[in-house]
Amino acid sequence: MANERYTEDHEWVRISGDIATCGISDYAQEQLGDVVYVELPEIGRIVSAKDEIAVVESVKAASDIYAPVSGEVVAINDAVEEDPETVNRDALGKGWLFKIKLTDAGEADELMDEASYEDFVQGLDE
Amino acid sequence: MRYLPLTPENRADMLATIGVAGIDDLFCDVPEAARLAGPVDLPKHAGEMAVERHMSRLALQNHAAGEGPCFLGAGAYRHHVPASVDYLIQRGEFLTAYTPYQPEIAQGTLQVLFEFQTQVALLTGMEVANASMYDGATSCAEAVMMAARVTRREKALLSGNLHPHYAETTATLCRMTDHPLAITAPRPVGADIEALAAAVDDTVGCVVVQYPDVFGHIADLSPLAEACHAAGALMVVVCTEMVSLGALKPPGAMGADIVVGEGQSIGNALNFGGPYLGLFATRQKLVRQMPGRVCGETVDADGRRGYVLTLSTREQHIRREKATSNICTNSGLCALAFSIHMSLLGEAGLQRLAAWNHATAVQTAERLANVSGVEVLNPAFFNEFAVRLAKPAADVVDALAEQGILAGVPASRLYPGEPDLANVLLVAATETVEPTDIDALAHALTKELAA
Amino acid sequence: MSAMNTQGRPTRPDAVVSADSAPATFSGNRALHLEEKLIFEKDSAGRSGVDLPEPPPVANRLGGLARGEAVGLPGLSEPQVVRHYTRLSQKNYAIDAGLFPLGSCTMKHNPRLNERMARLPGFADLHPMQPESTIQGALQVMQQLSHWIMTLTGMPAVALSPGAGAHGELTGMAAIRAALEARGEAGKRRKVLVPDSAHGTNPATAAALGFQVSGIAEDDTGRVDLKAFEASLGDDVAAIMLTNPNTCGVFEYDIRRIADALHEAGGYFYCDGANFNAIVGRVRPGDLGIDAMHLNLHKTFSTPHGGGGPGSGPVVYSEALAPFAPVPRIQKNADGSLSLVEQAAGDAAQAFGRVKGFHGQMGMFVRALTYMLSHGSDGLRQVAEDAVLNANYLKARLKGEFSLPYGDTGPCMHEVLFDDTFLKGTGVSTLDFAKAMIDEGFHPMTMYFPLVVHGAMLIEPTETETKAALDEFADSLLGLAKAAKSGDTDRFTQAPRFSPRRRLDETQAARKPVLRWQAG
Repeated sequence: MANERYTEDHEWVRISGDIATCGISDYAQEQLGDVVYVELPEIGRIVSAKDEIAVVESVKAASDIYAPVSGEVVAINDAVEEDPETVNRDALGKGWLFKIKLTDAGEADELMDEASYEDFVQGLDE
Repeated sequence: MRYLPLTPENRADMLATIGVAGIDDLFCDVPEAARLAGPVDLPKHAGEMAVERHMSRLALQNHAAGEGPCFLGAGAYRHHVPASVDYLIQRGEFLTAYTPYQPEIAQGTLQVLFEFQTQVALLTGMEVANASMYDGATSCAEAVMMAARVTRREKALLSGNLHPHYAETTATLCRMTDHPLAITAPRPVGADIEALAAAVDDTVGCVVVQYPDVFGHIADLSPLAEACHAAGALMVVVCTEMVSLGALKPPGAMGADIVVGEGQSIGNALNFGGPYLGLFATRQKLVRQMPGRVCGETVDADGRRGYVLTLSTREQHIRREKATSNICTNSGLCALAFSIHMSLLGEAGLQRLAAWNHATAVQTAERLANVSGVEVLNPAFFNEFAVRLAKPAADVVDALAEQGILAGVPASRLYPGEPDLANVLLVAATETVEPTDIDALAHALTKELAA
Repeated sequence: MSAMNTQGRPTRPDAVVSADSAPATFSGNRALHLEEKLIFEKDSAGRSGVDLPEPPPVANRLGGLARGEAVGLPGLSEPQVVRHYTRLSQKNYAIDAGLFPLGSCTMKHNPRLNERMARLPGFADLHPMQPESTIQGALQVMQQLSHWIMTLTGMPAVALSPGAGAHGELTGMAAIRAALEARGEAGKRRKVLVPDSAHGTNPATAAALGFQVSGIAEDDTGRVDLKAFEASLGDDVAAIMLTNPNTCGVFEYDIRRIADALHEAGGYFYCDGANFNAIVGRVRPGDLGIDAMHLNLHKTFSTPHGGGGPGSGPVVYSEALAPFAPVPRIQKNADGSLSLVEQAAGDAAQAFGRVKGFHGQMGMFVRALTYMLSHGSDGLRQVAEDAVLNANYLKARLKGEFSLPYGDTGPCMHEVLFDDTFLKGTGVSTLDFAKAMIDEGFHPMTMYFPLVVHGAMLIEPTETETKAALDEFADSLLGLAKAAKSGDTDRFTQAPRFSPRRRLDETQAARKPVLRWQAG
């Protein structure tokens, strides 16, 4: 646990070798409310950090998800497409969205660690 | 002024409550140079009787289609609309309601939409339909945009036998969005399925074909669907006469991916071209790329079945510049009229209505085929067919209009740039056409073409 | 991820307990609350509500394409059908039944004379492709309507064909794009400025035409931030799309300055005319530097909303844009007769094309012209004055208990905007408040729009309400505001209790869409 890094746009990323698993934070799923639909990228797509890559929808809102890191999409989580509620139930676990094969292994180091992200979120709520 | 309930005393009281001296103070944010001192130069208010007189005089300057024989079609059809349709759509609860954004107090409109979507899906043979668009032509343009999103190919291929207003409306949107468009040459002597199938390749996002087409031709679309799907393109089928689907194999059974249409001919009067009813149906798996409102079933807090507008994240009020379309309004009341008429007809009534239309058109075609100078061009048709006359069709139509006969739509009005079509006339015959109307048309044509 | 809209989320129905302790009825009905099955679930025995005799026998010419299988429609008699739709209608709230204060939607009384005129056979039974000699009266309706519209707006040209407001936006912006093409600047000028408070259709329209949308913030009065606007001007700007009076319910008093700066920078001014009812007869958009603007005939000129449409959205154009207006157009001939110009050729050679089949929403033209003739120039001016008076009266009555997002800085126009500050700490959201209004017998106001205001409540009473109706409405709203503040939370979170349905599960509807009835 706790080796996730976070973006200011509320995506998380977990690195294992040169593969980054990505999703949205618990804070983000709570803000969105009941997730009703998830649109995931095509496998094989080459993305740069901050590219719009996926969409997570609740009843009244559609939020674009940006790639937290650059690389190639190598896997997507079919299970959340089938059952979008997984994102609400387990945003950091079974609710992951896609995996990116990193172009630059060091890119994620620039993102926030869990403690910084918690501070960041607290700042938003004030 | 009968529509404005405030009295001078009310206005004075209200201004006092607001705390301003006069109404002008409430318009103080308008730049002074733009404030009009008094009413603009137009007539003053008028009573109901005076207005009715004015409008009635204008109406009387028109020749209503029902005043004599009428064989006009080309995307708008004169059918008999049962009296109860017009009564029901004028109930204030339908007529003066808004878009059902508060579902708890709009279940009437919502259930109607759910039933309407079901009727459209059944009629077209498709899995799902939306709650309607502006008209058939705009539905067609939206279908082309949707196909581009689904296939990620921007090019569309249009049949030359697609109603030119539909083609032009689609071309406008394609030009503005830099989507390439190709269109085959119009073919008045038969459907152009083969030319379309030959032209589809892996750059094409969709092929748009009309059924029955603007010349009334009908053809099995299955081979075209196969060609489209082999090339990775969608087949969009346009239907401008929905009554035909009471008699004809539905597009959904021939491989259509999107079916769009004009729903006017069921439940709605001619109205000189509008308001009409855009229909839009597709396959379940494409529903999130579909434009327009859609109604879905759910339950309320007490567990009772109810209906809501759903999948709204596709739409402009939430998705703004990323919406599937900018459309907001639908054709709610026209959809209601369509739905009521469909409910009144039912399975047996729709079949019989379609059979009547076909029979009347066959009788008309057979009769006209015997008129010297008239050649019927269609091997097969539903309630509309094309004829080639010995003279320019527009002149013949004008001459017959003088005699109170609306003979049809000259193809030259839809295809002014095609001299080959100058003598082609589109003739539609619905259940409203009587044997004496057919006689009148045949006699007048005989005389006119001999002259 | 991008900004999340957390407002307006439906309460989970499982958090709401049953409304009353009355025993369930055996029928499921509750007096005038009548349950109604789907038309497909009714007793259907191959009947029809339409009698047609056996058709004459002919040799089938369907080319082997006869429909083999049944469509799947039920068969009902006329009384069954009339009862079905009558019962459904009774589940709807409507202007005919009560005050409908939906901001930005202009739910005013719909005169029935309009309906009668639209049904005259000379209009309703007119085919769009009839020869010109048979449709002179219809063309005169279009001509007279055009004259009224151009006079009221002070603009030199109008296109009648757009099917609704958003379609009018498309038609206006398409002319702007065509004008830019004619100037050779379409490639360079790709940016359209859209205030953050705009209707969602504005950015969607710009995007649908391939423009890039660039937002502009509002200032502390709810108007366009002039500095931000001026900073965004450049040779890449095609146009601004600005609503005036705007969606915060106030007049953009710097509108001339905005127009001048924009024109100076080479851009065009598109005005969203959805709120023209606030100024009709008192201000002409032509005097404000506008290049194109649509009118919603179903708002300002009372054609019925019909549960979501049809609308009608004519667009007026400035001299600069007039040549690019779409076909069809109406042309006056030397002999005084009228013609339809249906092709982009001759005088209409620069027309950008066609946006719709046939000639526009004729049925709505007849209704709108009837409305205009009934009101006249004096009555239309009174419409604007009374609409603005009614909104300011409600503002004065409510502002003690409600919160104004930009303070009480001046009059509003035809609608008044509140936010949810007054509900802070009460546990009641704007949505809950709206649902409680349903129990009070009113249609809720527009909520959560414009997006720039937190928990927005936009109230538009229109000019066709009496002072007594406004007072009753205000008293009820003040009662609700006090109840919320005094901790009577259940009244809101459990609402609505008395409507034909209680809160509906929108999450279930979106997760597993059921969009049609299925047999079996």
